[in-house]
Amino acid sequence: MTSWLEATARERIAGLLDPGSFTEFVPPEARITSPHLAQLNQPAAFDDGVAVGRGTLEGAPMLIAAQEGAFMGGAVGEVHGAKITGLLERALDERAPVLLLLESGGVRLHEANAGLIAVSEIMRAILALRGAGVPVIVLNGGRVGVFGGMGIATCLCDRLIMSEDARLGLSGPEVIETTMGVEEFDAADRALVWRVTGGKNRAIFGEAVLVPDDIAAFRAAIRLDPVPLDVEAEHALLGARLDRFGAAEDALDIWADLGIETPARLPLLDTDDFLSAIEGKLA
Amino acid sequence: MKIDDLLPQLFPNGHDIAFDGDYFAGPAGDVAVIGTRDRAAIGAALSHRMAGEVLRICRDHPGRPILLLVDTLGQKMSRRDETICLNAYIAHLAKCLDHARGRGHRIIGLVYGEAVSAGFLSSSMLADACYALPEAEVKVMNLPAMSRVTKIPLERLEELSQSSAVFAPGVENYIAMGAVRGIWEGDLAACLERALAEDPGPDTRRTLGEQRGGRTLARRVSADVRGDAA
Repeated sequence: MTSWLEATARERIAGLLDPGSFTEFVPPEARITSPHLAQLNQPAAFDDGVAVGRGTLEGAPMLIAAQEGAFMGGAVGEVHGAKITGLLERALDERAPVLLLLESGGVRLHEANAGLIAVSEIMRAILALRGAGVPVIVLNGGRVGVFGGMGIATCLCDRLIMSEDARLGLSGPEVIETTMGVEEFDAADRALVWRVTGGKNRAIFGEAVLVPDDIAAFRAAIRLDPVPLDVEAEHALLGARLDRFGAAEDALDIWADLGIETPARLPLLDTDDFLSAIEGKLA
Repeated sequence: MKIDDLLPQLFPNGHDIAFDGDYFAGPAGDVAVIGTRDRAAIGAALSHRMAGEVLRICRDHPGRPILLLVDTLGQKMSRRDETICLNAYIAHLAKCLDHARGRGHRIIGLVYGEAVSAGFLSSSMLADACYALPEAEVKVMNLPAMSRVTKIPLERLEELSQSSAVFAPGVENYIAMGAVRGIWEGDLAACLERALAEDPGPDTRRTLGEQRGGRTLARRVSADVRGDAA
């Protein structure tokens, strides 16, 4: 087993793609850094926190991007975002599947406007790929999780593969606590944070395919057939979810409502036992 | 500007827009309006409702242009909404707007109040073209909060914001960076008519940002990645 959580962005790429097949576009040697960080005396990175390129997966060519959570929490700035957008647009040109190895707190505040617009451009580019039937797969298993605008972008993609250690949300728990008070969200309650944002809750809602924290498990879960987008069906599904669970106090209540026995044990189960426990009980 | 002052200026011939709390929607001539007011927080229920209206317009009025009038303080900060995956609801709204675009509906955004973070991302930023009133406020975060989070002194941020469009709040910054196409002033009905007559084309925001000098790297770097021969 090789932990996805512990790996760097480039180690994840190397572990996922066929050995030696990765070629990076606009690599660190090109020295394209963020001028906005320098202006604020913040350390820059030669890849601005994201590696993009191409490679093969079991011989099939594909494009790949990996955010580096260790650099500014994988936050999206002007250059970082433009690299992902460029990759997605290239995927449309080449009709090549895209793997997005995301780990991001959202928009980089030091260049907040550029980051927000960049996320919007990423969203538009993903939607263009969906419309063309070119698959985009998100893999989320990093420590930071995926939040903010990248959390929205994630839900635009064909598929999301996620480990139980990873998190997916819009506002981070700390931000909600700071803004709305600890009664709304106690960000120090780690069990609560994972019940809300963690891979298991997202899997129960059908938003994610759950895998163990192992690069090989992520690799094995990749499916490249495009998922047809039926907005009317999705609208009905999300409406039913809102009606049934929108007022639920805690994810535990939702899991119990779904008929899952002793829901309190779910966070303790390993991935296989968890998947057996929720079989046929998805929201 | 208050929505009650805005609508008569946009639609001097009247409209059938109905209000329900912080949400409103309805036809005005041959334009379909969807909006929020009073700095609405965009939660799962509100974004689902907006998405439903987009789908209804596609079904009942094929091809009718959609005008988004959004006043929002951003996404709703709520444990319950996060539990049921708020980002999936906002992504759904984005998919519905793109679905409408694909079926030939023009989509115009007008920021008449506030547009903050994911509230902006989920609405006018997905339009073919986004405009703003001069008094509109567009931002991710105000400078004091940004200073607290980044640990960069407020004075430094204020000083830099004089010369850089890249982080500080302000509609002029979003114009410089290409995300807001232009300001609507004077005859707002005529502004709307002109916007509707314009061919949107593909996402031009990077090119605009480069031409206007506010975002000098985004177009070039994305083009480099797209065309890298490696």
